[in-house]
Amino acid sequence: MKSVITVIGQDRVGIISALSNILADAGVNILDISQTIMQEVFTMIMLVDIKESTLSISDLSKQLEKKGIEMNLRVQIQRVDIFNSMHKI
Amino acid sequence: MLMPIEEIIETIRMIQEEHLDIRTVTMGINLLDCISESMDKTCINIYDSICEKAGKLVSVAEDIEQEYGIPIINKRISVTPMAMLAGRSDSEECVKLAIALERAARETGVNFIGGYSALVQKGYTQGAQALIKSIPMALYNTTRVCSSVNLATTKAGINMDAVKEMGIIIKKAAELSADTGGSACARLVVFANAPEDNPFMAGSFHGSGEPGCVINVGVSGPGVVKCALEHVKGADFSTVADTIKKTAFKITRMGQLVAMEASKRLNVQFGIVDLSLAPTPAVGDSVARILEEMGLERCGAHGTTAALALLNDAVKKGGVMASSHVGGLSGAFIPISEDEGMIQAVQEGALSIEKLEAMTCVCSVGLDMVVVPGDTPASTISAIIADEAAIGVINNKTTAVRIIPAPGKKVGDVVEFGGLLGSGPVMKVNSFGSEDFINRGGRIPAPIHSLRN
Repeated sequence: MKSVITVIGQDRVGIISALSNILADAGVNILDISQTIMQEVFTMIMLVDIKESTLSISDLSKQLEKKGIEMNLRVQIQRVDIFNSMHKI
Repeated sequence: MLMPIEEIIETIRMIQEEHLDIRTVTMGINLLDCISESMDKTCINIYDSICEKAGKLVSVAEDIEQEYGIPIINKRISVTPMAMLAGRSDSEECVKLAIALERAARETGVNFIGGYSALVQKGYTQGAQALIKSIPMALYNTTRVCSSVNLATTKAGINMDAVKEMGIIIKKAAELSADTGGSACARLVVFANAPEDNPFMAGSFHGSGEPGCVINVGVSGPGVVKCALEHVKGADFSTVADTIKKTAFKITRMGQLVAMEASKRLNVQFGIVDLSLAPTPAVGDSVARILEEMGLERCGAHGTTAALALLNDAVKKGGVMASSHVGGLSGAFIPISEDEGMIQAVQEGALSIEKLEAMTCVCSVGLDMVVVPGDTPASTISAIIADEAAIGVINNKTTAVRIIPAPGKKVGDVVEFGGLLGSGPVMKVNSFGSEDFINRGGRIPAPIHSLRN
């Protein structure tokens, strides 16, 4: 099951490391990462596969959000279908 | 990457900053098989049937919210019009039906249950008569039950006896809830051409042509449309219409996704997506502000009807390709108390009931959440209903009246309803009487264009 993790906020050292540790512990495979600065805001998108995840998407979401708050970032995980359905016919 | 980063951010911005949400996932349930030899047994059957079918509705909707990161604001149930189950009961017994619905709503965790309803466009059955009489007490004894009465269709004309009676019923419902500004009337809608698959409250019921159980979804997102129009300031109306269409398409695709997912997980047939722009009292979630973005100083200014007509039409054109089945009310809602832009327009004197009435000719519903002085005569309320019904019948569209004659309140006062119902400024009504007109009773015949065969 593919999902998208979005990270929005101020760029700093260790964002990928902090989040990928959580993902590795949960058995979540990172398929792709891309990042950019949009309107002066750091934006990172990760495409992940949570098929083998030991955590439910809800628990994973809570852990990522918590880490995000610690690092002053907005972190969110969503099933990829929502983006596909909105932007692709 | 699967898709451009901008598209992902656009979706997230719509949800987090522009109030895009799924307004309601509504499960429609047929309860005709609950009819039994006694009212008490019927009520037990109703409770059991709703709890069995909708037991997981709220938890499934919450899972979808979590996984997709899209808020689903309301989880609701609509049921068969209760007048069909009332049989030969009197109005006191009918209230038991409302209480059974209320218990089932509480058990399943939904915030509203619709279908304390009667369809009387051509005349009354005994059950419908008793049920309509019981509406004020039914609303008084419940907090989640919603009631509606369809009293006109293009095919049948307007039942003016019912129009007269509903003026009285609305006044009674307001008086019984005087301590909360007549708020019970917020759960009571009078319709012409009521749709049988509308997922939005308070007018939702599960029509007799519907399947046993069905999932209908209502999308929203006035804020998203407003923000999209901010990017085309000063452009001509073709551009405005195209921008609305594209935005409506995206919003509706999300509704379709949620509807299909809910239907699959609940193992219930998917019914329709209702492509409506439903405002909330939150700033940035207003239909009035979309009209103002088109260039009107304030909603209600001359030009408002044209702006609303364009909006309503473009929403449908954009949304219809995004969903496999479109239904319900589908269009723009213009409730007063639930839309901060509408509230401001009324308070500043830009928007009157007469202008609202014109707007209802081109939008998806009618006079919605309109608060009027408590001393407004029942016959005047009936006459307002008659006018709206005439607009619906002649124009082959749904119209509705959800009006609150707030006891003790005068023009200029504001009545607080709280939550999504918002707060309503009391609006002026025409003080000339309509009593003799309403007292005639009988039926206004169906218009000539009803004969289409």
